[in-house]
Amino acid sequence: RPSGVERTVLPRSAAYRTDEGQPWVLPVVKKVEQMIANDNSLNHEYLPILGLPEFRANASRIALGDDSPAIKENRIGSVQSLGGTGALRIGAEFLRRWYNGNNNTATPVYISAPSWENHNSVFVDAGFKDIRTYHYWDAAKRGLDLQGLLDDMEKAPEFSIFILHACAHNPTGTDPTPDQWKQIAAVMKRRFLFPFFDSAYQGFASGSLDKDAWAVRYFVSEGFELFCAQSFSKNFGLYNERVGNLTVVGKDTDNVQRVLSQMEKIVRTTWSNPPSQGARIVATTLASPQLFAEWKDNVKTMADRVLLMRSELRSRLESLGTPGTWNHITEQIGMFSFTGLNPKQVEYMVKEKHIYLMASGRINMCGLTTKNLDYVAKSIHEAVTKIQ
Amino acid sequence: SSWWSHVEMGPPDPILGVTEAYKRDTNSKKMNLGVGAYRDDNGKPYVLSCVRKAEAMIASKKMDKEYLPIGGLADFTRASAELALGESSEAFKSGRYVTVQGISGTGSLRIGANFLQRFFKASRDVYLPKPSWGNHTPIFRDAGLQLQAYRYYDPKTCSLDFSGAMDDISKIPEKSIILLHACAHNPTGVDPRQEQWKELAATVKKRNLLVYFDMAYQGFASGDINRDAWAVRYFIDQGINVLLSQSYAKNMGLYGERAGAFTVICSDAEEAKKVESQLKILIRPMYSNPPMNGARIASIILNTPDLRKEWLTEVKGMADRIISMRTQLVANLKKEGSSHNWQHITDQIGMFCFTGLKPEQVERLTKEFSIYMTKDGRISVAGVTSGNVGYLAHAIHQVTK
Repeated sequence: RPSGVERTVLPRSAAYRTDEGQPWVLPVVKKVEQMIANDNSLNHEYLPILGLPEFRANASRIALGDDSPAIKENRIGSVQSLGGTGALRIGAEFLRRWYNGNNNTATPVYISAPSWENHNSVFVDAGFKDIRTYHYWDAAKRGLDLQGLLDDMEKAPEFSIFILHACAHNPTGTDPTPDQWKQIAAVMKRRFLFPFFDSAYQGFASGSLDKDAWAVRYFVSEGFELFCAQSFSKNFGLYNERVGNLTVVGKDTDNVQRVLSQMEKIVRTTWSNPPSQGARIVATTLASPQLFAEWKDNVKTMADRVLLMRSELRSRLESLGTPGTWNHITEQIGMFSFTGLNPKQVEYMVKEKHIYLMASGRINMCGLTTKNLDYVAKSIHEAVTKIQ
Repeated sequence: SSWWSHVEMGPPDPILGVTEAYKRDTNSKKMNLGVGAYRDDNGKPYVLSCVRKAEAMIASKKMDKEYLPIGGLADFTRASAELALGESSEAFKSGRYVTVQGISGTGSLRIGANFLQRFFKASRDVYLPKPSWGNHTPIFRDAGLQLQAYRYYDPKTCSLDFSGAMDDISKIPEKSIILLHACAHNPTGVDPRQEQWKELAATVKKRNLLVYFDMAYQGFASGDINRDAWAVRYFIDQGINVLLSQSYAKNMGLYGERAGAFTVICSDAEEAKKVESQLKILIRPMYSNPPMNGARIASIILNTPDLRKEWLTEVKGMADRIISMRTQLVANLKKEGSSHNWQHITDQIGMFCFTGLKPEQVERLTKEFSIYMTKDGRISVAGVTSGNVGYLAHAIHQVTK
């Protein structure tokens, strides 16, 4: 096995890496952790069941926007959860008990093809019996199969639940454009389909919190009631602290309060109350204008590095004259890219070049560094030219 | 209109209601005896010194925040198993167990409940002691199991109804699941004596029941971690392959950090590996992987000899204070001139005490003396201090004389 710069282990899980290939604890997180450590007035008492109030309010505000009409009209709720997964699970458990009737396990749940593989398990374990896929990735044109997606929505039974990736679709990195989101929203409104957003990369995708939240906010402005499962694993680099938030947008205060009271019961039998450390870090950061600015800067650092790696990889492939088109590398967004490599080519990459990507051809762009870009590009070139 | 028009308002949490009412009370003598968290003799939350030291160590190490494995921090789960089972335990040494990190006691119980629902096809019935921790029932129910009960607490004597328990347990259908509180029974504080545990083990074995221990107070009950784990270890020694849920909320004061563990004792290491793989499949769609902070603190304490020693001293300190408050309460009741038998207050163990007070008496305590507790007469002894134990005794005497 080659050593040094040629040895490229791309992180298998969705974790950011610096240009030195190392995990990165955000400077603002280090600062806030020190503040927390120095604050002797803090203890380890239980949080409320629904979580740290300052965290919940700020986390939802980040997703929905400072000037969100839903926030102004006091018709939002938040449930601090164990990561994005935990938020999805609480939402799924609630929907299975209370959506479209009582305990209606037959309500169809639509997940994009492909999607994060855990989505399926979350909804199955929550008790849903009818999990379906909706068209999403067009392998031939390496982009969004919008027509297929819209057709599936037209054909879906009324009240079906649709899991939508708010931005930086995992694993394809391919997001609808604002115009396409508008078309999606129009169909969903007309057919009474329920939007459940998964927002794991806000800020991390484009570098802009607002831009990455555009779709969620658009749906809110269109009057939808929706759920949004938020993760602060990537954009705060707080992976193992399990910081997430389920944002609930409803028609009015009263409805949201009843929803939250039932979610509280679900939380109580799942984890009783959520872990405090990560929520404190996020709440402290979001509540301070200065720390908030620092955080946005840190997030932009990560996003910019990924964007740079994308453009560098694409330009190398194009310089090498690697067969095929490579604009999808820069058109896709977020941590992941669907390279378009087929399973045999992927096997070549793994076995001969020691570059680890998923069988789907998914690459974690965070694994690219200025030191390994040449090697990775050359390897892709070899794989594509040698293996069909 | 809303999707949620038909969603009912959930019932208010009874214990939370106690705390809310307490907060609103302006009486300077008020006491909150509903709180399920330790308080020092000044009535303040107590952050253990060994915890602060562990946190300082963590801060100085500048670790990254990469995801833990699904099953949790290995140093933590191994140390948890050793703490519960004992380092000389054959089950521990042979590796015929699996321990996964859970979200404190609740999360660990829930993993086990989900595991039983999916893989234990012999029965859907979980037998709880009467009474049990209020959250046990909804946890097992939400996991898809059914709840049954066995006699446990005798309100006439405020102690264990041992013959009733043995009678009920001996009639539980074979292969049912039975939940036992390892020590410091919540809410009654009534634990079996060791001879009684031996008889329970024999009966449980005879009935071929699946035993699930909930150990939320190891060290916190008697002050001795080995004594508090005695029943768990005895059962395993008798060849009963138990399930076990552990919490570090009380004994390390790590409440909000959610440190806990779920263990399955298996036939051999190979079976343990298979069980582990299935537990991971259950955990992943719940929250992917567990939180680091609490487990890291607990792991450093358990695995660093000096800190472990300090912890053992501190947990004994907490247990001793509770025991001392029990003693003082009884002494003060005598001083007040109460003719009732209050021996159960010192016989019971752990954070909670079933006083034997009736709902009307509890209501008077709240209305006339601003002393808050749950309607069943349960008090959290942790909320008693040397400064207010006299007042408490006085009040109890007033409503019971």
